[in-house]
Amino acid sequence: MEVLQLLISGISQGCVYGLIALGFVLIYKATEMVNFAQGDIMMLGAYVAITFISLWEVPYYWAVPATILVMATVGVILERVLLRPMIGEPHFAVLMLTIGLGFVLRALAGAIWGNEPRALPMPYVGDVLRLGEVVIGYENLAIILGTALLCLLMWLFFSFTRIGIAMQAASQNQLAAFYVGIPVKRMFSLVWALSAAIAALAGILTAPVSLVDPLIGFVGIKAFAAAIVGGFGSMPGAIIGGLLVGVVEQFAGLYLPPGFSDMSAYVLLLVMLVIRPQGLFATMQKKKV
Amino acid sequence: MSLLRAEEISVHFGGVKAVQEVSFSVEQGEVFSIVGPNGAGKTTIFNLVSRIYDCTHGHVFFEDQDITRVPTHAVADLGIARTFQNTELFEQESVLNNLLIGCHVHRNTNLLSELFFLPSVRRQELDFRQKVEDVIDLLDLQSYREQIIGNLPYGVRKMVEIARALCLQPKLLLLDEPSSGLNPEETDDLSFWLEDINEELGITVIMVEHDMNLVTQASDRVMALADGHMVTIGEPQEVQNHPEVLRAYLGD
Amino acid sequence: MRFIRKTRYEQDINLIKHNGQVLWYGLLLLALFAGPLWLDRFLLGEFAFVFIYAIAGLGLMVLVGYTGLVSLGHAAFLAIGAYVHAYFLNQGLPFPVTMVIATLFSALVGGLIAIPALRMTGIYLAVATLAFAVIVEQVLVHWESVTGGFRGMPVPRPELFGVNFASPTVFYFMCLVLLLGSMILVMNLLRSPAGRAMTAVRDSETSAESMGIHLARTKTLAFALSAGFTGLAGALFAHRLTYLAPDAFTIITSIQLLLMVVVGGLGSLHGVIYGAIFIGLLPQGIAIFRDSVPAAVAQIPGLEPAIFGLILILFLIYEPLGIYGRWRKVRLFFEEFPMYRKATYKRQKSFLRTERLQ
Repeated sequence: MEVLQLLISGISQGCVYGLIALGFVLIYKATEMVNFAQGDIMMLGAYVAITFISLWEVPYYWAVPATILVMATVGVILERVLLRPMIGEPHFAVLMLTIGLGFVLRALAGAIWGNEPRALPMPYVGDVLRLGEVVIGYENLAIILGTALLCLLMWLFFSFTRIGIAMQAASQNQLAAFYVGIPVKRMFSLVWALSAAIAALAGILTAPVSLVDPLIGFVGIKAFAAAIVGGFGSMPGAIIGGLLVGVVEQFAGLYLPPGFSDMSAYVLLLVMLVIRPQGLFATMQKKKV
Repeated sequence: MSLLRAEEISVHFGGVKAVQEVSFSVEQGEVFSIVGPNGAGKTTIFNLVSRIYDCTHGHVFFEDQDITRVPTHAVADLGIARTFQNTELFEQESVLNNLLIGCHVHRNTNLLSELFFLPSVRRQELDFRQKVEDVIDLLDLQSYREQIIGNLPYGVRKMVEIARALCLQPKLLLLDEPSSGLNPEETDDLSFWLEDINEELGITVIMVEHDMNLVTQASDRVMALADGHMVTIGEPQEVQNHPEVLRAYLGD
Repeated sequence: MRFIRKTRYEQDINLIKHNGQVLWYGLLLLALFAGPLWLDRFLLGEFAFVFIYAIAGLGLMVLVGYTGLVSLGHAAFLAIGAYVHAYFLNQGLPFPVTMVIATLFSALVGGLIAIPALRMTGIYLAVATLAFAVIVEQVLVHWESVTGGFRGMPVPRPELFGVNFASPTVFYFMCLVLLLGSMILVMNLLRSPAGRAMTAVRDSETSAESMGIHLARTKTLAFALSAGFTGLAGALFAHRLTYLAPDAFTIITSIQLLLMVVVGGLGSLHGVIYGAIFIGLLPQGIAIFRDSVPAAVAQIPGLEPAIFGLILILFLIYEPLGIYGRWRKVRLFFEEFPMYRKATYKRQKSFLRTERLQ
């Protein structure tokens, strides 16, 4: 039973990693850029939700879409102001830039909301679902269901909508997509909006489980490891990589000496890079000459 | 003994059969051209010979040594140099440094002696420089010596890439579309240089080329490819008039 | 503008290219060696700190600037250098020996971490090094019997033949001499085949390989050298800290090191020095900034990293060539005065074509 219980909490934590990883992958696929501030955007999302729900007392069913909308706008603004000048620059420069952005966002959040951990009071917090001996908190259940729903929506979006297909085209060959009339730059804005929105959702889902402070964005690094384990550039890979990291972390926490739980994501990453550097779902190939 | 011999080489990428059972041999001292429509597998054959891709089937022999499985970097040591279709130069370095990197296969010093720049390293540097200057003289690159590749026009880059390959002092030179992107004048120069490289330096040349004038002028033998299959090998004129070659180019 | 008539190939090979350089670098060296005459105790310490940063920066520059491999985890090598140095000092070994051990051990670890890194490029590598750094940090925290965990580890005072090397003047000279030595090694590297092989790997792996360059060996060497220099810097850094704790070697330190090479100017040794000066002086600058703004702003936690981040963003967007790049532009402007064209350094923008195949 204990194993099952661990598995469920691992999956719920893994979903959060998976959602952030999904944001990484989306941006990478579409723009060839790596947004290392994805975790911090999630942190910002959680704070915006807290502002709506706790401070302004907006009903939560309004606050959630409002948060997602606000964060999507933030995503667009970040793309327009910071990333647009970097089109065509090496990956490394953009990576550094977003790392810098992460530091700025953290200090900004600290300045606005303070450094004491805050809670996000969602209506379902505290209730549990009992299945035999297994107990699942509603907040964990919300994470799992929310992630599943989002994955379904993303799949529909990318497979069936015109915009989704255009985005896929832009991600495969920006120049060719530009020539066939896809507004590539607008696609970039859109993809940033989308990944910021996903990050906001991740923030809202995870806030009731772990308190929110400006440093929670550091889970982004673990999520990044998850994205690479899954095969950077693959959306199902991101989610599965996230789940894997979440579950491994829980089991390492129970069965291994202290410290290994924090390290496990990175050990998993290094092991993966050694035995299968392209990740679980390979999308990388050697440059063509 | 042929210098290079390919025996029924094939390569598959997933379901795509890029090259299928192509066999040919290149004799010491000749200029051998590979022609064919786009996507026929010409560059792929280069990538197989220079070990950037692995052969799915078949073998490649260089001086009767099986090189089908040697590591990529070892090919240069054996004496095979190549250029690339869209140039792969070291963009942020000067022409001089690019050519000096071409001399890398002749390196006899180790890291430790280089860190302290021992006299042996200095002698080797001077020796490399002499080699580089010889190539610069041959290809008339004097005025570009100190320029950064990123600032050079495309035609010059193409020549620098050939120069870099010559710095290896190879036995076999693979030129991937050397005339693409050159203007007619530059192409004329190129055909003279090809002659120099082949006759004066005694380097065997295999080139992939679309410019039929250049091919006819420069090459001893031509191989035509279509859809990954070999169509024919022969004298330039003969291949040009081969009915299947015409069909491959013009359709039915 | 100076035109140099070259008559011998050695003029391109020698480290000093012309007499003007002899004069200016000579004056600079003289001023530095006369440092204790015109610097007070505090400034001597600050200069020594800049020298230490510059040694670490040299290491990182070899890797990032010349081999094109990005490391987000160089603080780990700094930590390894510092801890190994302090550990063997505590065992009673003389400090020059421990410094050599620290350098070699860091280089060895750098070479080992390169093995999984060999098949990776770009982002993958950056993240692998980051993962490595986190693991090292956790080991430092939890391997208490050796590292002292959070309690930390004292660094004994370096003494040799009765001379106290921790005294500001001696420490200053030690750092200066080690920096100069390291610089000469790196300059030698860059003018010989191994260094050129690294730049070749940076610019085109495919073509480097076709030129007979052993990719794996070149990358491993770059990692080992880079880690070695950073380890040496770590050993010196240990004396500056005097008490080692894991929180001195976090990801923020790694970012700071990267910031140094980016702000200084990637791919230039001048850049390392400019970057080191910049990073060394920044905390002072931030302290002054804190004093001059309202307390509410000055008290924001994480202000320092945020300022680092902001500077990084501004440099990447407006001056990706770093301080050294800016300096070259200014110099070119004066040299070509009425003729200077802004477009000389204009960056070409283009969409990237993916290297992925789907």
